[in-house]
Amino acid sequence: MQLDEFFVTGEPLIYAGMVAIAVVSAAIVFLLTYFKKWKWLWQEWLTTVDHKKIGVMYILVALAMIFRAGVDALMMRLQLAFPDMNFLNSQHYNEVFTTHGTIMIFFVAMPFLIGLMNVVVPLQIGARDFAFPYVNALSFWSLFFGAMLFNISFVIGGAPDTGWTNYAPQAGAVLNPGPGINFYLLGLQLSGIGTLATGINLMVTILRMRAPGITLFKMPIFSWSTLITSFIIVFAFPILTVALALMTVDRIFGSHFFTLAGEGLPMMWANLFWLWGHPEVYIVILPAFGIFSEIIATFARKQLFGYKTMVWAIILIAGLSFVVWVHHFFTMGAGAFVNSIFSITTMAIAVPTGVKIFNWLATLYKSKIIFPVPMLWSLAFIPSFTIGGVTGVMLGMAAADYQYHNTYFLVSHFHYVLIPGTVFASFAGLVFWYPKLFGHKLNEKIGKWAFWLFLIGFHVCFFPQYFLGLDGMARRVFTVGPEWFTLNFISTVGAFTMGLGFMVFVFGVIYSFRYSTRDLPGDDWQYGRTLEWATPTPVPKYNFATLPENVRTHDTLIDMKEDGETTFDEKKLESIHMPSYTGQPFIMMAILFFASFALVFEWITLAVIGLIATIVMMFIRSFDYDEGYHIEVDELRENERRARGLDDDRE
Amino acid sequence: MAKNNKNYPINHIVGFALSIILTIVAAWTALSSGLPTMWIIIAIMVLAVIQAGIQLFMFMHITESGATNAPWNMIIHSAVIASIVIAGSLFTMSFGFTHDHGGGDHEGGSAPGEEEQQDTEHDGHEGH
Ligand code: HEM
Ligand SMILES: [Cu+2]
Repeated sequence: MQLDEFFVTGEPLIYAGMVAIAVVSAAIVFLLTYFKKWKWLWQEWLTTVDHKKIGVMYILVALAMIFRAGVDALMMRLQLAFPDMNFLNSQHYNEVFTTHGTIMIFFVAMPFLIGLMNVVVPLQIGARDFAFPYVNALSFWSLFFGAMLFNISFVIGGAPDTGWTNYAPQAGAVLNPGPGINFYLLGLQLSGIGTLATGINLMVTILRMRAPGITLFKMPIFSWSTLITSFIIVFAFPILTVALALMTVDRIFGSHFFTLAGEGLPMMWANLFWLWGHPEVYIVILPAFGIFSEIIATFARKQLFGYKTMVWAIILIAGLSFVVWVHHFFTMGAGAFVNSIFSITTMAIAVPTGVKIFNWLATLYKSKIIFPVPMLWSLAFIPSFTIGGVTGVMLGMAAADYQYHNTYFLVSHFHYVLIPGTVFASFAGLVFWYPKLFGHKLNEKIGKWAFWLFLIGFHVCFFPQYFLGLDGMARRVFTVGPEWFTLNFISTVGAFTMGLGFMVFVFGVIYSFRYSTRDLPGDDWQYGRTLEWATPTPVPKYNFATLPENVRTHDTLIDMKEDGETTFDEKKLESIHMPSYTGQPFIMMAILFFASFALVFEWITLAVIGLIATIVMMFIRSFDYDEGYHIEVDELRENERRARGLDDDRE
Repeated sequence: MAKNNKNYPINHIVGFALSIILTIVAAWTALSSGLPTMWIIIAIMVLAVIQAGIQLFMFMHITESGATNAPWNMIIHSAVIASIVIAGSLFTMSFGFTHDHGGGDHEGGSAPGEEEQQDTEHDGHEGH
């Protein structure tokens, strides 16, 4: 293989990308060396098994990826801003919408939410860590390396270009030779290992590690939504794993699962993809619902209305999410009977969703609302998401969908659910729990600027797209005719406004890092209702020195305040068993990264060597009897006293 | 923990070896046994059931009664999902899609409602 086949050549934009990657990597290496931080990086981060630090790393990856996929989005909007633009050619445009969609779903939405779950769920249920901290680190590194593998495709080998849905036979070896699609298949396979493991890990953590007294129905709603989400992950992700594996075997070893030749069934790919894909959209929306519920109750300063109904609504949505997948391919030709059935199930899912909307409104009703940044995001979510839901029901009517399918109407629908849902929730949750993550708050004023720019930008960008769709503009076209100019131009303006909003958000992060006060009480917003706010800020390694005793409702902290209880009861202190940090997860996943990379280029020998090395790593793990260590009572007492300002010598 | 179990780790190693052997046998049956297709399918299904049994008994502690009945819950849930996947796929894919593009006739079988399906199928191809 020649070097110029290995690297992507001939595109000025891609050369710019290469330069950017080289510069950023060099800068990171330089800074780490200059400030002598290599050891710190390894000992504090790369080897950590602490759920809070892993959560932080998830969120950092998500933010970096939002940047990458956001640039993709702006490039697309620029190309569509004027009729017959010549900014991206058709091939490049295809690659850009593919990487945009794939990254946004797999490497932004998923890690952002999983990152927040990592930090918050153990704190909400009174656990000291995940059930399997080692596996948790493994999950993170699998996501990290999966994301890296997928991302390098645009400079090495060439990016995939068949959309995030990667439909066969277009994605098969015959119509799409070369490494591009392999990057998609193996990048997602690699990160999928981590997702599945996290699903199991969270499920066990929530079912088995709740503090005494926190029964399932006294669990905060975000933890509930996480539990249900992990069930969906455990049941849906294997379908994707199998589908990806089958297509990989098709492409690399010449089998015929999804090919046109040899009795393959290309449409089976669409079927399997959406069998996973629809549950997946609920994997990224249910935790968002949970986040909004927490924030709305906190800043309405009122108990969440209809807690039990909310829980049952989530469970119902999760169940229904497995029986609606065909609505993504009504036009495939399965016939009126099949389509009707799935039309009905699809519309049914709007019912529990509507119930949730009314519960949030009822929580707000006659409450004393205050409006800090997380609350703004949450309030904006309700009407915006409702528009997305209503247009979803329109799409769900099979007969009508023959008109809407694969137009900008659809594009607008899913952005209206994913952005106000998942993205707003991620931002809201990040701002809300920021003090628990980083020990200081984000600047409110900058946060409000970011919020308004992003919200207005969002509606300006996507509302016109409904009408573009109705006017017949198809999805995934790379040039537009003059008849669609005005609405497209408005949409592009909105997109850049959102971009600006994001930049302001990032500026707020940097600004707050420098100027925000570090002197915070544990209950950083003063109105916290759940157990995570009972810990001091920043949260100690072991989370809770002691656990609450008298849990009566799902608003644990409110109960504790009534009883004058804290998570530091000197009389009850006992030494705490902690897991040791380890470099194994990082190394194991780095090896799998190289194995996958080799498989992308179909270098079978190298891939096999990588797999064997992985198995060796698993053996090493199996015979590793590290028992962890203990934090003794004296240290706990001293630490908690300092953190809670109980001593006079507090700095 | 499993470490207290006197059969550890013999059970696991035996189970592991058995699963690998079964997998190899299944692959061999499909690729080079030369059996008629029907028998291949039957053989693979039988092997799959044995495989599932090994997983349940040797790794998943189905015989142990722990603090909860979580294993049974999970088995039932998984069974439901598996039936949705299989029955659902058969149901939606049952409209007789074949590759026989010869003679302009797409339909291999005689699925009901054949007429409407034929013209929509073309859309399906371009649209994706
Ligand atoms: C009231 C609830 C909802 C209904 C009735 C609904 C209905 C639909 C339908 C029928 C389609 C397919 C339309 C077509 O391809 O022509 C669709 C596409 C889509 N929906 Fe929804 N939806 C709902 C909520 C959501 C939520 C909550 C999300 C994610 C957070 C979501 C994400 C998506 C995505 C990503 C697609 C497009 C996938 C693609 O083709 O690339 N939807 N929706
Ligand atoms: Cu769907």
